[in-house]
Amino acid sequence: MKVAVIVFPGTNCEMDTKYACEKLGANVSLVFHKEDKLPSDIRLVILPGGFSYGDYLRSAAIAKFSPIMQDVIRFANEGGNVLGICNGFQMLLEMQLLPGAMKRNANVHFISKFHHLKVINTANKFLHLFKENDILNIPIAHGEGNYFIDEAGLRDLYANDQVLLQYVDAQGRISNPNGSLDSIACICNKERNVFGLMPHPERAIEELLGSSDGVDMLRGLLA
Amino acid sequence: MKVKVNVQLKNGVLDPQGKAVHHALHSLGFDSVQGVRIGKQILLDIDESEDVEQSIKNMCEELLANTVIEDYEIEIEK
Repeated sequence: MKVAVIVFPGTNCEMDTKYACEKLGANVSLVFHKEDKLPSDIRLVILPGGFSYGDYLRSAAIAKFSPIMQDVIRFANEGGNVLGICNGFQMLLEMQLLPGAMKRNANVHFISKFHHLKVINTANKFLHLFKENDILNIPIAHGEGNYFIDEAGLRDLYANDQVLLQYVDAQGRISNPNGSLDSIACICNKERNVFGLMPHPERAIEELLGSSDGVDMLRGLLA
Repeated sequence: MKVKVNVQLKNGVLDPQGKAVHHALHSLGFDSVQGVRIGKQILLDIDESEDVEQSIKNMCEELLANTVIEDYEIEIEK
């Protein structure tokens, strides 16, 4: 399967993301943000983590104006699968391909550590290889992961099974590292082809490095 | 012409930075502080034109503010 990983000035997770997808058999192209077209036959677009444009103004505020983004929006609107990891999730929010917005972490610190996550919904391509209530352990690394959406928006998310992962502790009890509303770590759009999460599945693909819980997320989208 | 754009988290949206600064001010003994909200001020130097106000509004909607969580105010210095 052909995968495009988009690279912006300040992106720093593109090689890890490429490596993880290639390990699962994908054919990965790194696509520079100045391109205006995705390569042909792309089946999955990944917006990787990092600090696009130095997080100037707001995280991901400027990346949405990169030339390639018009084609990413077209791809998403035509039903193509798009995954935004960390800064990529922030981009999807800024582009309004996903609802809501990110604020500074509640404790105002950059948080970088492993964190447990609970699988809330599996009726989607991203998490279909898991079972509901599975507890995963995947690294997070962000300063603005404090997800916010208004009350009506939150009701909509739950009504349409768009809340996919929550931050929890090892026993599955809510444990919220960043103040995110309802401890939300991952959502998708109503059509379930655009996915955004703050944790880094591409950093959890080897037991030797602490966890391989990210493998089945990526495999879910690559299958 | 000079234009000031003030961007602020909406009322009702908890401001983590404001809260941290509020707490720090209390630690310093400034107990009279009842609340702190932190925003951004963006100074623009713009060519004058007839539709400049609409143009600044568009800038705020498209880039300068994230209107999901932020409000903006435009001050034009005549």
